[in-house]
Amino acid sequence: MLTKRIIPCLDIKNGRTVKGVNFVELRDAGDPVELARRYAKFGADELVFLDISATIEGRKTMRNMVANIAQHINIPFTVGGGISSIADVDDLLHCGADKVSINSSAIKRPDLINELSDKFGNQCVVIAIDAKQIEGEWTVHLAGGTIPTQMNLFDWAEEVEGRGAGEILFTSMNNDGTKTGFANDALAKLSETLNIPIIASGGAGNAQHFIDVFKEGKADAAIAASVFHFGEIEILDLKKELKNNNIEVRF
Amino acid sequence: MNVVIVDYGAGNIKSIQFAFKRLGVDAVHSRNIEILKTADKIIFPGVGEASSAMTMLKESGLDQVIPELKQPVLGICLGMQLMCNYTEEGNTKGLEIFDVDVKRFKTGVKVPQMGWNTITDLKSDLFKNIKDLEFMYFVHSYYAAYCEAMIATANYEYLYASALKKDNFYGVQFHPEKSSVAGEQILKNFLEL
Repeated sequence: MLTKRIIPCLDIKNGRTVKGVNFVELRDAGDPVELARRYAKFGADELVFLDISATIEGRKTMRNMVANIAQHINIPFTVGGGISSIADVDDLLHCGADKVSINSSAIKRPDLINELSDKFGNQCVVIAIDAKQIEGEWTVHLAGGTIPTQMNLFDWAEEVEGRGAGEILFTSMNNDGTKTGFANDALAKLSETLNIPIIASGGAGNAQHFIDVFKEGKADAAIAASVFHFGEIEILDLKKELKNNNIEVRF
Repeated sequence: MNVVIVDYGAGNIKSIQFAFKRLGVDAVHSRNIEILKTADKIIFPGVGEASSAMTMLKESGLDQVIPELKQPVLGICLGMQLMCNYTEEGNTKGLEIFDVDVKRFKTGVKVPQMGWNTITDLKSDLFKNIKDLEFMYFVHSYYAAYCEAMIATANYEYLYASALKKDNFYGVQFHPEKSSVAGEQILKNFLEL
Protein backbone atom coordinates (compact mmCIF):
# COMPACT_ATOMS: atom_id res chain seq x y z
CA MET A 1 0.00 0.00 0.00
CA LEU A 2 1.17 3.52 -0.79
CA THR A 3 2.32 5.16 2.43
CA LYS A 4 1.94 8.69 3.77
CA ARG A 5 5.15 10.69 3.44
CA ILE A 6 7.01 12.67 6.11
CA ILE A 7 9.13 15.44 4.62
CA PRO A 8 11.57 17.70 6.48
CA CYS A 9 12.06 21.09 4.83
CA LEU A 10 15.42 22.88 4.95
CA ASP A 11 15.80 26.60 4.30
CA ILE A 12 19.02 27.31 2.45
CA LYS A 13 20.85 30.59 2.11
CA ASN A 14 24.07 30.77 0.12
CA GLY A 15 24.49 27.02 0.38
CA ARG A 16 23.98 26.81 4.15
CA THR A 17 21.02 25.75 6.24
CA VAL A 18 19.48 28.66 8.09
CA LYS A 19 16.66 29.16 10.59
CA GLY A 20 18.51 27.19 13.22
CA VAL A 21 19.13 23.51 13.41
CA ASN A 22 20.03 21.79 16.61
CA PHE A 23 21.60 18.36 16.32
CA VAL A 24 24.37 17.59 18.73
CA GLU A 25 25.78 14.67 16.80
CA LEU A 26 26.31 16.62 13.60
CA ARG A 27 29.77 17.86 12.83
CA ASP A 28 28.27 20.87 11.11
CA ALA A 29 24.59 21.60 11.55
CA GLY A 30 24.69 24.24 8.86
CA ASP A 31 25.78 21.86 6.12
CA PRO A 32 22.66 20.81 4.18
CA VAL A 33 24.29 17.57 3.01
CA GLU A 34 25.06 16.46 6.57
CA LEU A 35 21.51 17.25 7.60
CA ALA A 36 20.01 15.57 4.58
CA ARG A 37 22.08 12.50 5.27
CA ARG A 38 20.85 12.38 8.85
CA TYR A 39 17.22 12.76 7.84
CA ALA A 40 17.53 10.13 5.10
CA LYS A 41 19.03 7.72 7.61
CA PHE A 42 16.40 8.33 10.26
CA GLY A 43 13.18 7.84 8.37
CA ALA A 44 12.50 10.88 6.15
CA ASP A 45 10.64 9.82 3.00
CA GLU A 46 11.70 12.81 0.92
CA LEU A 47 13.41 16.15 1.48
CA VAL A 48 12.64 19.71 0.42
CA PHE A 49 15.33 22.36 0.06
CA LEU A 50 14.08 25.91 -0.14
CA ASP A 51 16.57 28.39 -1.53
CA ILE A 52 16.13 31.78 0.09
CA SER A 53 19.32 33.28 -1.37
CA ALA A 54 18.66 36.59 -3.01
CA THR A 55 21.95 36.89 -4.89
CA ILE A 56 23.19 35.48 -8.18
CA GLU A 57 26.17 34.11 -6.28
CA GLY A 58 23.78 32.35 -3.91
CA ARG A 59 22.01 30.73 -6.87
CA LYS A 60 25.28 29.36 -8.22
CA THR A 61 26.13 27.95 -4.82
CA MET A 62 22.69 26.35 -4.81
CA ARG A 63 23.46 24.44 -7.99
CA ASN A 64 26.66 23.05 -6.52
CA MET A 65 24.80 22.16 -3.36
CA VAL A 66 22.08 20.30 -5.28
CA ALA A 67 24.76 18.25 -7.07
CA ASN A 68 26.38 17.53 -3.74
CA ILE A 69 23.10 16.38 -2.17
CA ALA A 70 22.27 14.22 -5.20
CA GLN A 71 25.64 12.48 -4.90
CA HIS A 72 25.19 11.57 -1.27
CA ILE A 73 21.47 11.12 -0.67
CA ASN A 74 19.54 8.02 -1.74
CA ILE A 75 15.98 9.33 -1.33
CA PRO A 76 14.10 11.82 -3.54
CA PHE A 77 14.38 15.56 -3.01
CA THR A 78 12.66 18.71 -4.20
CA VAL A 79 14.31 22.09 -4.72
CA GLY A 80 12.36 25.34 -4.55
CA GLY A 81 12.84 29.09 -4.34
CA GLY A 82 13.25 31.63 -7.11
CA ILE A 83 12.78 29.18 -9.99
CA SER A 84 11.19 31.03 -12.89
CA SER A 85 12.16 29.46 -16.21
CA ILE A 86 12.61 26.22 -18.11
CA ALA A 87 16.35 26.89 -18.06
CA ASP A 88 16.35 27.10 -14.23
CA VAL A 89 14.56 23.77 -13.99
CA ASP A 90 16.74 22.12 -16.62
CA ASP A 91 19.76 23.25 -14.64
CA LEU A 92 18.56 21.89 -11.31
CA LEU A 93 17.39 18.56 -12.75
CA HIS A 94 20.77 18.18 -14.44
CA CYS A 95 22.44 18.72 -11.09
CA GLY A 96 20.41 15.78 -9.77
CA ALA A 97 17.24 17.28 -8.23
CA ASP A 98 14.21 15.02 -8.57
CA LYS A 99 11.52 17.68 -8.44
CA VAL A 100 11.24 21.45 -8.43
CA SER A 101 8.78 23.52 -6.47
CA ILE A 102 7.37 26.61 -8.20
CA ASN A 103 5.33 29.29 -6.48
CA SER A 104 5.29 32.98 -7.49
CA SER A 105 6.50 32.46 -11.04
CA ALA A 106 3.59 30.10 -11.72
CA ILE A 107 1.16 32.79 -10.55
CA LYS A 108 2.86 35.44 -12.67
CA ARG A 109 2.91 33.21 -15.74
CA PRO A 110 0.70 30.12 -15.41
CA ASP A 111 1.78 28.79 -18.84
CA LEU A 112 5.10 27.96 -17.19
CA ILE A 113 3.37 24.99 -15.52
CA ASN A 114 2.26 23.57 -18.88
CA GLU A 115 5.70 24.11 -20.38
CA LEU A 116 7.51 22.41 -17.50
CA SER A 117 5.09 19.52 -17.39
CA ASP A 118 5.39 18.95 -21.15
CA LYS A 119 9.16 19.14 -21.13
CA PHE A 120 10.08 17.31 -17.94
CA GLY A 121 6.94 15.34 -17.05
CA ASN A 122 4.42 16.23 -14.36
CA GLN A 123 6.17 14.03 -11.78
CA CYS A 124 8.81 16.70 -11.20
CA VAL A 125 6.52 19.75 -11.10
CA VAL A 126 5.42 20.63 -7.57
CA ILE A 127 3.29 23.76 -7.34
CA ALA A 128 3.63 25.48 -3.97
CA ILE A 129 0.70 27.62 -2.87
CA ASP A 130 0.80 29.99 0.11
CA ALA A 131 -2.69 30.97 1.16
CA LYS A 132 -4.28 32.84 4.03
CA GLN A 133 -7.84 32.55 5.26
CA ILE A 134 -9.31 36.04 5.56
CA GLU A 135 -12.97 36.29 6.61
CA GLY A 136 -13.58 32.71 5.57
CA GLU A 137 -11.97 33.10 2.14
CA TRP A 138 -8.67 31.37 1.32
CA THR A 139 -6.60 33.90 -0.64
CA VAL A 140 -3.42 32.99 -2.50
CA HIS A 141 -0.34 35.07 -1.65
CA LEU A 142 2.78 35.84 -3.68
CA ALA A 143 6.45 36.28 -2.88
CA GLY A 144 6.77 34.18 0.26
CA GLY A 145 3.35 35.25 1.51
CA THR A 146 4.05 38.99 1.41
CA ILE A 147 1.69 40.02 -1.41
CA PRO A 148 -2.00 39.05 -1.53
CA THR A 149 -3.54 38.20 -4.91
CA GLN A 150 -7.16 38.15 -6.06
CA MET A 151 -7.04 34.38 -6.40
CA ASN A 152 -8.92 31.82 -4.38
CA LEU A 153 -6.91 28.81 -3.16
CA PHE A 154 -9.27 26.17 -4.54
CA ASP A 155 -9.67 27.81 -7.95
CA TRP A 156 -5.93 28.19 -8.34
CA ALA A 157 -5.28 24.62 -7.18
CA GLU A 158 -7.73 23.29 -9.74
CA GLU A 159 -6.11 25.37 -12.45
CA VAL A 160 -2.57 24.17 -11.69
CA GLU A 161 -3.76 20.55 -11.73
CA GLY A 162 -5.32 21.16 -15.15
CA ARG A 163 -2.08 22.71 -16.38
CA GLY A 164 -0.03 19.65 -15.45
CA ALA A 165 1.19 20.02 -11.86
CA GLY A 166 2.21 16.66 -10.41
CA GLU A 167 1.66 17.65 -6.77
CA ILE A 168 0.46 20.61 -4.74
CA LEU A 169 2.34 21.84 -1.69
CA PHE A 170 -0.14 23.92 0.28
CA THR A 171 1.09 26.14 3.10
CA SER A 172 -1.51 27.71 5.33
CA MET A 173 -0.16 31.10 6.38
CA ASN A 174 -2.64 31.12 9.27
CA ASN A 175 -1.09 27.96 10.68
CA ASP A 176 2.56 28.35 9.69
CA GLY A 177 4.84 28.80 12.68
CA THR A 178 2.01 28.41 15.20
CA LYS A 179 2.61 24.75 16.09
CA THR A 180 -1.15 24.37 16.59
CA GLY A 181 -1.80 21.88 13.80
CA PHE A 182 -2.35 21.93 10.04
CA ALA A 183 -5.24 23.58 8.16
CA ASN A 184 -7.15 20.32 7.90
CA ASP A 185 -10.45 21.61 6.52
CA ALA A 186 -8.82 23.33 3.56
CA LEU A 187 -6.50 20.35 3.01
CA ALA A 188 -9.38 17.87 2.99
CA LYS A 189 -11.24 20.03 0.49
CA LEU A 190 -8.17 20.15 -1.77
CA SER A 191 -7.62 16.43 -1.48
CA GLU A 192 -11.24 15.62 -2.29
CA THR A 193 -11.53 18.02 -5.21
CA LEU A 194 -8.22 17.23 -6.87
CA ASN A 195 -6.78 14.02 -8.22
CA ILE A 196 -3.07 14.76 -7.63
CA PRO A 197 -1.21 14.31 -4.32
CA ILE A 198 -1.45 17.09 -1.72
CA ILE A 199 1.48 17.96 0.54
CA ALA A 200 0.47 19.73 3.75
CA SER A 201 2.64 22.45 5.24
CA GLY A 202 2.34 24.87 8.15
CA GLY A 203 1.42 24.23 11.75
CA ALA A 204 3.11 21.00 12.84
CA GLY A 205 3.76 21.03 16.59
CA ASN A 206 3.30 17.46 17.80
CA ALA A 207 2.59 13.90 16.64
CA GLN A 208 -1.18 14.32 16.99
CA HIS A 209 -1.05 17.08 14.38
CA PHE A 210 0.40 14.61 11.88
CA ILE A 211 -2.26 12.01 12.75
CA ASP A 212 -4.91 14.69 12.17
CA VAL A 213 -3.44 15.95 8.91
CA PHE A 214 -3.57 12.47 7.41
CA LYS A 215 -6.94 11.43 8.88
CA GLU A 216 -8.91 14.68 8.82
CA GLY A 217 -6.85 16.65 6.30
CA LYS A 218 -6.56 13.63 3.98
CA ALA A 219 -3.09 14.82 2.98
CA ASP A 220 -0.74 12.53 1.07
CA ALA A 221 2.39 13.96 2.67
CA ALA A 222 3.25 16.40 5.46
CA ILE A 223 6.11 18.87 5.68
CA ALA A 224 7.64 20.35 8.78
CA ALA A 225 10.81 22.24 9.62
CA SER A 226 11.52 23.37 13.15
CA VAL A 227 9.97 20.41 15.02
CA PHE A 228 12.40 18.17 13.15
CA HIS A 229 15.39 20.52 13.16
CA PHE A 230 15.23 21.05 16.89
CA GLY A 231 14.68 17.37 17.61
CA GLU A 232 11.26 18.04 19.17
CA ILE A 233 9.92 15.22 17.02
CA GLU A 234 12.06 12.29 15.89
CA ILE A 235 10.75 11.03 12.58
CA LEU A 236 11.00 7.34 13.53
CA ASP A 237 9.05 7.93 16.75
CA LEU A 238 6.48 9.91 14.81
CA LYS A 239 6.09 7.07 12.34
CA LYS A 240 5.55 4.55 15.15
CA GLU A 241 2.82 6.80 16.49
CA LEU A 242 1.23 7.07 13.04
CA LYS A 243 1.40 3.31 12.60
CA ASN A 244 -0.30 2.81 15.98
CA ASN A 245 -3.08 4.99 14.65
CA ASN A 246 -3.51 2.82 11.56
CA ILE A 247 -1.81 5.26 9.20
CA GLU A 248 0.42 3.47 6.69
CA VAL A 249 4.02 4.67 6.82
CA ARG A 250 7.35 3.36 5.61
CA PHE A 251 10.03 2.08 7.96
CA MET B 1 32.45 -3.62 -14.43
CA ASN B 2 31.43 -1.70 -17.52
CA VAL B 3 27.95 -0.23 -16.92
CA VAL B 4 26.40 1.91 -19.65
CA ILE B 5 23.27 4.04 -19.24
CA VAL B 6 21.37 4.42 -22.51
CA ASP B 7 21.35 8.15 -23.27
CA TYR B 8 18.51 9.07 -25.61
CA GLY B 9 17.55 12.40 -24.09
CA ALA B 10 14.84 11.13 -21.74
CA GLY B 11 15.93 10.20 -18.30
CA ASN B 12 17.29 11.05 -14.91
CA ILE B 13 20.75 9.89 -15.89
CA LYS B 14 22.47 11.87 -13.13
CA SER B 15 20.57 10.21 -10.29
CA ILE B 16 21.38 6.77 -11.67
CA GLN B 17 25.05 7.65 -12.18
CA PHE B 18 25.28 8.94 -8.61
CA ALA B 19 23.62 5.79 -7.28
CA PHE B 20 26.18 3.57 -9.03
CA LYS B 21 28.96 5.85 -7.87
CA ARG B 22 27.84 5.19 -4.29
CA LEU B 23 28.32 1.49 -5.11
CA GLY B 24 31.81 2.23 -6.40
CA VAL B 25 30.96 1.88 -10.11
CA ASP B 26 31.49 4.61 -12.70
CA ALA B 27 28.53 4.21 -15.03
CA VAL B 28 28.94 6.04 -18.34
CA HIS B 29 26.13 7.21 -20.59
CA SER B 30 26.12 6.68 -24.30
CA ARG B 31 23.98 6.22 -27.39
CA ASN B 32 26.86 4.72 -29.38
CA ILE B 33 25.81 1.32 -30.64
CA GLU B 34 29.28 -0.27 -30.27
CA ILE B 35 29.66 1.00 -26.72
CA LEU B 36 26.23 -0.36 -25.82
CA LYS B 37 26.91 -3.74 -27.42
CA THR B 38 30.17 -4.25 -25.55
CA ALA B 39 28.93 -3.14 -22.11
CA ASP B 40 28.70 -5.65 -19.25
CA LYS B 41 25.44 -4.20 -18.04
CA ILE B 42 22.93 -1.76 -19.57
CA ILE B 43 20.57 0.61 -17.78
CA PHE B 44 17.62 1.87 -19.81
CA PRO B 45 16.17 4.87 -17.95
CA GLY B 46 13.21 7.03 -18.73
CA VAL B 47 11.32 9.97 -17.33
CA GLY B 48 8.70 12.01 -19.16
CA GLU B 49 6.16 11.15 -21.79
CA ALA B 50 6.12 7.78 -23.62
CA SER B 51 5.45 8.80 -27.23
CA SER B 52 8.12 11.52 -27.29
CA ALA B 53 10.60 9.17 -25.60
CA MET B 54 9.87 6.54 -28.26
CA THR B 55 10.37 9.14 -31.00
CA MET B 56 13.80 9.93 -29.55
CA LEU B 57 14.64 6.22 -29.44
CA LYS B 58 13.68 5.82 -33.08
CA GLU B 59 15.63 8.90 -34.18
CA SER B 60 18.79 7.42 -32.70
CA GLY B 61 18.05 3.92 -34.05
CA LEU B 62 18.13 2.58 -30.49
CA ASP B 63 14.67 1.05 -30.87
CA GLN B 64 16.34 -1.56 -33.10
CA VAL B 65 19.46 -1.99 -30.96
CA ILE B 66 17.96 -2.46 -27.49
CA PRO B 67 15.85 -5.60 -28.18
CA GLU B 68 18.95 -7.27 -29.70
CA LEU B 69 21.19 -6.75 -26.67
CA LYS B 70 22.58 -9.91 -25.08
CA GLN B 71 23.86 -8.69 -21.71
CA PRO B 72 21.60 -7.94 -18.71
CA VAL B 73 19.48 -4.83 -19.39
CA LEU B 74 17.54 -3.04 -16.66
CA GLY B 75 14.70 -0.72 -17.67
CA ILE B 76 13.67 1.77 -15.00
CA CYS B 77 10.21 3.41 -14.78
CA LEU B 78 9.33 4.70 -18.27
CA GLY B 79 12.25 2.63 -19.56
CA MET B 80 10.46 -0.51 -18.37
CA GLN B 81 7.16 0.67 -19.85
CA LEU B 82 8.77 1.27 -23.25
CA MET B 83 10.02 -2.34 -23.22
CA CYS B 84 6.39 -3.54 -23.15
CA ASN B 85 4.12 -4.17 -26.19
CA TYR B 86 2.13 -1.00 -26.02
CA THR B 87 1.35 1.91 -23.69
CA GLU B 88 -1.83 3.95 -23.50
CA GLU B 89 0.33 7.03 -22.91
CA GLY B 90 0.38 8.83 -26.26
CA ASN B 91 -0.99 5.63 -27.86
CA THR B 92 2.57 4.32 -28.20
CA LYS B 93 3.84 1.04 -29.62
CA GLY B 94 6.67 -0.29 -27.43
CA LEU B 95 9.79 -2.37 -27.99
CA GLU B 96 7.75 -5.58 -27.50
CA ILE B 97 10.25 -7.24 -25.17
CA PHE B 98 7.73 -7.86 -22.38
CA ASP B 99 4.46 -9.32 -23.60
CA VAL B 100 2.16 -6.95 -21.70
CA ASP B 101 0.35 -3.63 -22.22
CA VAL B 102 0.74 -0.51 -20.10
CA LYS B 103 -2.42 1.26 -18.94
CA ARG B 104 -3.32 4.40 -17.03
CA PHE B 105 -4.52 4.31 -13.44
CA LYS B 106 -8.20 5.19 -13.47
CA THR B 107 -10.08 7.43 -11.09
CA GLY B 108 -10.10 5.53 -7.81
CA VAL B 109 -6.68 6.84 -6.75
CA LYS B 110 -4.47 9.91 -6.92
CA VAL B 111 -2.49 10.04 -10.16
CA PRO B 112 0.51 10.00 -10.34
CA GLN B 113 1.15 7.39 -7.70
CA MET B 114 3.87 9.25 -5.83
CA GLY B 115 5.82 7.86 -2.92
CA TRP B 116 6.77 4.66 -1.13
CA ASN B 117 4.88 1.45 -1.80
CA THR B 118 5.68 -2.19 -1.06
CA ILE B 119 6.78 -4.81 -3.55
CA THR B 120 5.83 -8.45 -3.12
CA ASP B 121 5.77 -11.85 -4.94
CA LEU B 122 9.52 -11.42 -5.54
CA LYS B 123 10.74 -13.97 -8.06
CA SER B 124 14.23 -13.21 -9.34
CA ASP B 125 17.88 -12.93 -8.32
CA LEU B 126 17.35 -9.22 -8.87
CA PHE B 127 15.66 -9.31 -5.45
CA LYS B 128 18.31 -11.31 -3.61
CA ASN B 129 18.44 -10.19 0.05
CA ILE B 130 15.33 -8.06 -0.45
CA LYS B 131 12.59 -8.90 2.01
CA ASP B 132 8.99 -9.42 0.97
CA LEU B 133 6.98 -6.19 1.26
CA GLU B 134 10.08 -3.99 1.08
CA PHE B 135 9.38 -0.30 0.34
CA MET B 136 10.36 1.23 -2.99
CA TYR B 137 9.92 4.76 -4.34
CA PHE B 138 7.36 4.98 -7.15
CA VAL B 139 6.37 7.89 -9.40
CA HIS B 140 4.06 6.93 -12.25
CA SER B 141 0.64 7.37 -13.83
CA TYR B 142 0.73 4.23 -16.00
CA TYR B 143 1.32 0.62 -15.00
CA ALA B 144 2.12 -2.73 -16.60
CA ALA B 145 -0.79 -5.13 -16.08
CA TYR B 146 -0.58 -8.40 -14.16
CA CYS B 147 1.15 -10.82 -16.54
CA GLU B 148 3.39 -13.84 -17.00
CA ALA B 149 6.66 -11.87 -17.20
CA MET B 150 6.07 -10.48 -13.71
CA ILE B 151 8.83 -10.95 -11.10
CA ALA B 152 7.27 -8.61 -8.51
CA THR B 153 3.89 -7.00 -7.92
CA ALA B 154 2.65 -3.87 -6.19
CA ASN B 155 -0.82 -2.74 -5.25
CA TYR B 156 -2.30 0.64 -6.20
CA GLU B 157 -5.90 0.57 -7.31
CA TYR B 158 -5.03 -2.82 -8.82
CA LEU B 159 -2.44 -5.49 -8.28
CA TYR B 160 0.02 -4.80 -11.08
CA ALA B 161 3.53 -5.74 -12.25
CA SER B 162 6.15 -3.72 -10.36
CA ALA B 163 8.97 -5.66 -12.05
CA LEU B 164 9.27 -7.74 -15.23
CA LYS B 165 11.78 -10.17 -16.68
CA LYS B 166 12.31 -11.92 -19.97
CA ASP B 167 15.62 -13.65 -20.74
CA ASN B 168 18.36 -11.02 -20.19
CA PHE B 169 15.85 -8.15 -19.92
CA TYR B 170 14.67 -6.79 -16.58
CA GLY B 171 12.35 -3.91 -15.84
CA VAL B 172 11.35 -2.17 -12.61
CA GLN B 173 8.53 0.35 -12.29
CA PHE B 174 9.99 1.93 -9.14
CA HIS B 175 13.22 3.94 -8.84
CA PRO B 176 15.91 1.78 -7.18
CA GLU B 177 18.32 4.75 -7.43
CA LYS B 178 16.00 6.69 -5.09
CA SER B 179 14.84 3.84 -2.86
CA SER B 180 17.32 4.13 -0.02
CA VAL B 181 19.35 1.10 1.11
CA ALA B 182 16.99 -1.51 -0.39
CA GLY B 183 17.15 0.20 -3.77
CA GLU B 184 20.95 0.13 -3.63
CA GLN B 185 20.79 -3.60 -2.91
CA ILE B 186 18.72 -4.14 -6.08
CA LEU B 187 21.26 -2.21 -8.18
CA LYS B 188 24.01 -4.26 -6.57
CA ASN B 189 22.13 -7.46 -7.39
CA PHE B 190 21.79 -6.31 -10.99
CA LEU B 191 25.55 -5.80 -11.20
CA GLU B 192 26.02 -9.37 -9.97
CA LEU B 193 23.64 -10.99 -12.47
